Amino acid sequence: MVDKVKLARQFIEAIPHARELGMVLTEIAEGTATIEMPYDEKLIGDPRTGVIHGGAVSALMDTCCGAAVMSHPSAPGGTATIDLRIEYMRAANPGQSIRTTAKCHHITRNVAFVRATATDEDTDTPVATASGAFTVEKRF
Amino acid sequence: MTRTKPEPMQEVKQRRDDALRALVGAVPFVRFLDITFDRRGDELTAQLNFDDKLIGNPFLPAIHGGVTAAFLEVTAAITLCWEHLWPDIEAGRIDPEAISKGELPRLPKTIDFTVDYLRSGLPRDAYARASVSRAGRRYASVHVEAWQDHKDKLYAQGTGHFLMPQPSSDTA
Repeated sequence: MVDKVKLARQFIEAIPHARELGMVLTEIAEGTATIEMPYDEKLIGDPRTGVIHGGAVSALMDTCCGAAVMSHPSAPGGTATIDLRIEYMRAANPGQSIRTTAKCHHITRNVAFVRATATDEDTDTPVATASGAFTVEKRF
Repeated sequence: MTRTKPEPMQEVKQRRDDALRALVGAVPFVRFLDITFDRRGDELTAQLNFDDKLIGNPFLPAIHGGVTAAFLEVTAAITLCWEHLWPDIEAGRIDPEAISKGELPRLPKTIDFTVDYLRSGLPRDAYARASVSRAGRRYASVHVEAWQDHKDKLYAQGTGHFLMPQPSSDTA
């Protein structure tokens, strides 16, 4: 089981787009993952307020959900997104990192179901939540 | 019967292109992903210009699912904003210079966005078009389709709901 977690970590850390956004995998266990993404001016969606674009949050959510799937004890290999729905509860505070935690709450031979929550330093109300369905691949 | 003389074509094009360039260029995240827009009249087509930093699975390789989600969301939001601003652009009430200086019109806010991944995103340019299914005073629903090589073989599609910018007197 330790190897799977290690493999998932290596895989996530090798993703060019995740590196480009400065994502850091802080926790990964059996079917759950936490990834942090630092604030960066290049991610701004509304220049008047400095709030980062929803699309950057989507990229973080998608990566984190994928990591949760790959770290699940029943997942034999890699994964791809089938469907992802994101709900934006509030604007993320400019200047703060965003932290996402995803949990793969059900997995079959072919499909993994995942939910995720994103917060900034104000952890009382989430910035966004996500739910998605992912493929279960036999290999990486 | 008197008829007003049509505006010279070059002026019409210039006005529309300036407004579009200002709107798209003002958003850092759109520049970061290198998404550009083509315009035919009021119809927009977005183009995601491929770069290695957009890769999600280096083994295939394939475009990151999050990039695809962001591309669809940007296309939906810019198209919605563009249609919302169109009457003001045509009436000359939008000043592209002011937008470039950061005096952006208030943008619609995403409420939710759902992405349907149909095919793996190949390591090359992608295109997308959005259609505003309904634009009310408070809420809008936008559908967006993206393709790479063949227009009729979509690689992703999405639907989003947006909160329209409210007139400031109406915020109470």
